[in-house]
Amino acid sequence: MEHVDNSDPYVVFDRVQKTYDGEELVVKDLNLAIDKGEFLTMLGPSGSGKTTCLMMLAGFETATFGEILIDGKPINNIPPHKRGIGMVFQNYALFPHMTIGENLGFPLEVRGMGKSEREEKIKRALAMVQMENFIGRRPAQLSGGQQQRVALARALVFEPELVLMDEPLGALDKNLRESMQYEIKHLHEQLGVTVVYVTHDQTEALTMSDRIAVFDDGRIQQLAKPADLYERPENAFVAQFIGENNKMNGTVEAVNGDYADVKLADGSLVKALRVNVGDVGERTTLSLRPERAFMIDGKATPENSFEARVEELIYLGDHIRSRLSICGTSDFIMKLPNAADQHIVSEGQSIRVGWSQEDCRALDA
Amino acid sequence: MQQSASEASPNDHMRDGKLVTADGRPLKASLKTAERRRKIIAFAFVSPLLLFLIVSFIVPIGQMMWRSVDNPTIINTLPRTLEAMQDWDGQDVPDEPVFAALREDLAIAQENRRVGPLAVRLNYEISAARGAFTRTARTVADMEPPYKEQFLDAHRLWGNPDIYQIIKREGRPLTASYYVAATDRRYAADGSIEMRAEHQRIYMNLFGRTFAMSAVILVLTMLLGFPIAFWMAHLPMRYANLLMIMVLLPFWTSLLVRTTSWIVLLQQQGVINSSLVNLGIIDTGNRLSLMYNMTGTIIAMTHILLPFMVLPLYSVMKTIPPSYLRAARSLGANNWTAFWRVYVPQTLPGIGAGGVLVFIISIGYYITPALVGGQSGRMISNMIAYHMQTSLNWGLAAALGSMLLISVLILYWAYNKLVGADIKLG
Repeated sequence: MEHVDNSDPYVVFDRVQKTYDGEELVVKDLNLAIDKGEFLTMLGPSGSGKTTCLMMLAGFETATFGEILIDGKPINNIPPHKRGIGMVFQNYALFPHMTIGENLGFPLEVRGMGKSEREEKIKRALAMVQMENFIGRRPAQLSGGQQQRVALARALVFEPELVLMDEPLGALDKNLRESMQYEIKHLHEQLGVTVVYVTHDQTEALTMSDRIAVFDDGRIQQLAKPADLYERPENAFVAQFIGENNKMNGTVEAVNGDYADVKLADGSLVKALRVNVGDVGERTTLSLRPERAFMIDGKATPENSFEARVEELIYLGDHIRSRLSICGTSDFIMKLPNAADQHIVSEGQSIRVGWSQEDCRALDA
Repeated sequence: MQQSASEASPNDHMRDGKLVTADGRPLKASLKTAERRRKIIAFAFVSPLLLFLIVSFIVPIGQMMWRSVDNPTIINTLPRTLEAMQDWDGQDVPDEPVFAALREDLAIAQENRRVGPLAVRLNYEISAARGAFTRTARTVADMEPPYKEQFLDAHRLWGNPDIYQIIKREGRPLTASYYVAATDRRYAADGSIEMRAEHQRIYMNLFGRTFAMSAVILVLTMLLGFPIAFWMAHLPMRYANLLMIMVLLPFWTSLLVRTTSWIVLLQQQGVINSSLVNLGIIDTGNRLSLMYNMTGTIIAMTHILLPFMVLPLYSVMKTIPPSYLRAARSLGANNWTAFWRVYVPQTLPGIGAGGVLVFIISIGYYITPALVGGQSGRMISNMIAYHMQTSLNWGLAAALGSMLLISVLILYWAYNKLVGADIKLG
């Protein structure tokens, strides 16, 4: 899955490894191909190696082994300022001693561009992020969101083909972050640049990306479109990291083609889709999304159906979150839709809960 | 704030268009009461320091500045003479009444043992005054009128009209004569102020040299300190700490010990000269004079003042995130452009603070120039010390000191105007 079948990818990581101290690899055998115009997000917990990958691409870190190519050319020996990559930093990194206009003019000036052409481009770039009126201000006079827009405009003003963003929205509050997500997404669509975006916020990744590379432990755990990542996680880490997940540990009891029977610790037998698991007798982790479990009211007859006890109910408006004791675990989450015809349940009540074997994924242990 | 007051909701307490607390007191008065206790406590904490500063710093400095213009000796010792001289034409030796008054003043002064200070004071103005006054004062008790002839016989100075002009000029409670002397000027015969002859000028040249040497020391500390501060701010902790210790080492050794080691190193038969001779770079006849001159003072003071440049620079550099340099490079600037256009401008507050500190400390520096400066490496403070301790002309020392203080204040004011930032330290 790590190799994308594309005849002409724009950015390629080829067997890249990176170590800082010579003892531990922070990036282990990274292979990744990014298409031109794609919005690719590197998502993962801190220390997973995603930022290191971005820094290697920008040229601030060197790969210990392997090659990084842009447009077919290896860039390992090209210094950062000759790579022509736009970059947005987490703390914006706007130069405090320059005005907004001078900040945007900087990349154009060091490229030897004339004054009139420079001013033209600065104006256009600022207009793109609706910051034309702030051209004479200093960064300290702007709010966080405004600084972020300016940083974005500065990374785009010299028209790079590739833009890197290192958790650019990390310092903003929630509402601003959401509106900036849309803004960045629309700018990407409008300009057609290739974007590599690093974040540890899965909502951000799901909102903006064409594809997401989930990093953990120096490796890409899964590279997929946002929907696939949520619906079809390939291993237990991705299932747990993206969205909410019910995790159940067990052993493969029998294999029937694409499906498997898994015996849990309390002895109950669950039918599940065989995604990433070996033969009979092996340990496995079952993954089930909370919204895929439902109360059985007689009509439906799913492959899996168990007796459950309602431990806790939390009213969340559009749905009611219920924590159940089922199959030997007591933190099984199920979402009860807040619909007119829904049964009212109460805490302590015993109900019957079921799910389809298609929705329950047997992953690695 | 005004807007919110005028649009205050019915829940706000209002009286006569002003916000009040729930019990009807004006909000501002209420705030003041609430803050008063805190302010008193805060003041109580700093008051010992304030008292100490007043006693040990502000009062002595005021005293010094006062002493540079204070002139009580003549007016207190020769009141009758000054009164008698009111009618004097100011040209020739005065007439009998002045001498009668002078005799009486001197007789009283001799009795009260006040001739000595008077003689010293007048000797600052004209060099024979000391002898004339002390010798004449011993004989005034035996004088009989008329006195003029006897005075003229007692000392040749009494035949010189200058001494009477000086008594008249300096017979006032305040004097400018110390400042006149401190700026290498003097009173001409007609009472106007003129520059001294070129070869007699001491203080202005010394001020000039002090400022020039301080400027050289400032530039040297800046050139040497910038790279050290840069590495300290960017190396990993353990190396940075080692560098910090090396920078602070001068602070931890006694000034005398350090200076002694400079003497060992720099003197004509010292380590550096001997090494150069042994290596055959210079011959033994041409040993470099690295100390007891300006070079020695500059080398030693640069070393001593380096931490004052490094520490403010380091504290400023420490706060510059590495992402600025990265951003500059990602935007297409090479290493040098990124450093010069993005990094250096952000260190300006540190350079300014360190520069002002080093410059101000070095123009008032005393001990090192005194120990390793020799004749050409002396600075204005050494002259002030000389007048304090050896010539005992405190008025002149005070005038020189006040001029130094005022030039420091002007410098600091100019720095604040230019950089507009408070001095940052540590």
